[in-house]
Amino acid sequence: MNIFSTFRVAVLALLLNKMRSFLTVLGIIIGVGSVIAMVAIGEGAKAEVQRSFDKMGTNLLVIRSGSAQTGGVRGGAGSQPTLLWTDVDALRKETQYVTKVAPSLRQSVQILGEGKNWTTSAEGTTPEYFDIRAWSFQYGGPFNDQDVTSKAKVAVLGGTVVDNLFGRAEDAVGSSVRINNVPFEVIGVLARKGQTAGGQDADDVVLVPAGTFAAKVQGGLRQYLGGSIYVGAASAEDTRRAQVEIQSLLRARHKLRDDEADDFTVSSMAEVASARQEGTETMTRLLAGIALVSLLVGGIGIMNIMLVSVTERTREIGLRMAIGARPGDILVQFVIEAVVLASVGGLLGVGLGFGVATYLSTEFGWATKIDPKIVALALGSSALVGVGFGLYPAHKASRLDPIQALRYE
Amino acid sequence: MSEPILAATDLVKTYKMEDVEVRALRGVSLAVHPGEFVSVMGTSGSGKSTLMNILGCLDRPTSGSYRLAGREVSQLGRGDLATVRNKVLGFVFQSFNLLARTSALENVELPMVYAGVGGAERRERARHSLEKVGLGKRLDHTPAQLSGGQQQRVAIARAIVNRPKVILADEPTGNLDSRTSIEIMALFQELGRSGITIVLVTHEPDIAEFTSRVVMMRDGKVLSDVTQTPVDARAALANYKEGDV
Ligand SMILES: Nc1ncnc2c1ncn2[C@@H]1O[C@H](COP(=O)(O)OP(=O)(O)OP(=O)(O)O)[C@@H](O)[C@H]1O
Ligand SMILES: [Mg+2]
Repeated sequence: MNIFSTFRVAVLALLLNKMRSFLTVLGIIIGVGSVIAMVAIGEGAKAEVQRSFDKMGTNLLVIRSGSAQTGGVRGGAGSQPTLLWTDVDALRKETQYVTKVAPSLRQSVQILGEGKNWTTSAEGTTPEYFDIRAWSFQYGGPFNDQDVTSKAKVAVLGGTVVDNLFGRAEDAVGSSVRINNVPFEVIGVLARKGQTAGGQDADDVVLVPAGTFAAKVQGGLRQYLGGSIYVGAASAEDTRRAQVEIQSLLRARHKLRDDEADDFTVSSMAEVASARQEGTETMTRLLAGIALVSLLVGGIGIMNIMLVSVTERTREIGLRMAIGARPGDILVQFVIEAVVLASVGGLLGVGLGFGVATYLSTEFGWATKIDPKIVALALGSSALVGVGFGLYPAHKASRLDPIQALRYE
Repeated sequence: MSEPILAATDLVKTYKMEDVEVRALRGVSLAVHPGEFVSVMGTSGSGKSTLMNILGCLDRPTSGSYRLAGREVSQLGRGDLATVRNKVLGFVFQSFNLLARTSALENVELPMVYAGVGGAERRERARHSLEKVGLGKRLDHTPAQLSGGQQQRVAIARAIVNRPKVILADEPTGNLDSRTSIEIMALFQELGRSGITIVLVTHEPDIAEFTSRVVMMRDGKVLSDVTQTPVDARAALANYKEGDV
């Protein structure tokens, strides 16, 4: 008996009981469908995270005050200022792999403009910062070193702040805003960046010169730098070397003994990125687990219905044997029937998954991404489930005694 | 005389139940020559079906030898027996055993599916076979759309489609009225004239009259084995009146 006729027989047999066949594979449909949809969402989120990290620049190191160690009673990173303003200069001059350095002081502020007010995050920094973060301007431009030393009251706004105060970005440049009641002149508007890797609005920010920030916004820390230091390197390789270099430089500058832990942390964006990806990996493994369970449940359903089918069709099996079907023919016939059943379920499930993913991305703007590998895997494992769970009923069918099968009522 | 096509010698079949042994066949010997039309008769439980199952390679004897078309088949395995059934034998059952919701044509194609005959040739041969049994206009009918006699004709078409040497029929007229039974016997006689050997089981002496040899069984043994001149079923049909036969 050739494989094509076997397929035809299997499909016809399944079509004779359309409703039952459908209900049988419903488990597989739902299982495969939800896995496809969930993986599509997961992959979409992963791609989104990757994109925002790429945007941020991965050859980037962030130095924060405080200890990285969690043992003992120690403040978390940034809880106690330990970085010095002189560290910034030292990093610039006494290192080999660091190409750019900029402090970043942050504080939540009230900003007023055109009679409206908005609460946002103010960041005090130096011109190099725009370079390190690869931020570009929509209107105007950055402040310069002169502004930093002279504590000029100039500000660069992010898109969200502009939206909430001005409405039109071109109106913003040249106008005046009050940050915590201190007047500033707007000299630039940043190009939009969308969400940060952490899911925050990257455009909800106002930047002012570091000197101005320390004097007018934050104040009271003197030689200590109340924030973090951003460091740029030339390449991924250099970033790793810079990390080691920075660590020994700062340890020496902070006069730490060998038995003392670092009083600062150096984290690389590449590390953060991979940590986040690891999170989604765990999610993916969890999904795979769910998929496995749902396929198993679906498989048991298929086995059950195949056993029913074998019993119902005992006479048919007997007849087929009488007119020349070998046990192997019967075995193959029922296995193929189970495989067709499971594969159709898998196929419908993929369709369902596609539908749900498309719906979520068009209706709610969720990022989804359907990986052909996952689709192939889903279909492959559905077929495999068919073989696995069809084998026992098929074997049972093939072992029937033709005489008894023919007599079966 | 020619070599027998069926040669059973000292067939014994014992069914082992939990504590009793049922001796369904107690040494049956039977030789059937090509072209013979044999009927097997006997009381219920005399072992007719048991014998037919062994002759049909559906079952193996407990002991004894069985040569079919010159080949010893009594000890073949399941797979080989299936091949023998497919190539050498054709079956007609009392309850027709057609696949439900499947057209007459496809039912007849079935044995060729297992013989590995290609699709186009299969359809052609199945159609030819159905024409032979007088159902050339009923190719697409499913069993539910056919009368009992027509269903049995489909079954006969299926039995002959692989050009078997022997047709085995266990009470083929058991579910049919007497007129239809004679029609089926006429069909068998026609097949017999074309050289096919036929062995059928029947309870009705009137049916046995249409065969050329009557084997009578009792208690798992052959009681008598008589050769006779068969009544022509066509002629019987022409003279048939309601209430006759
Ligand atoms: N599978 C079986 N297991 C046990 N005993 C069996 C089996 N098949 C048949 N028998 C016994 O073997 C004997 C012969 O049975 P068989 O079916 O051959 O009779 P038969 O002549 O065909 O009867 P009938 O005319 O009623 O069809 C009976 O006593 C029956 O009970
Ligand atoms: Mg019987």
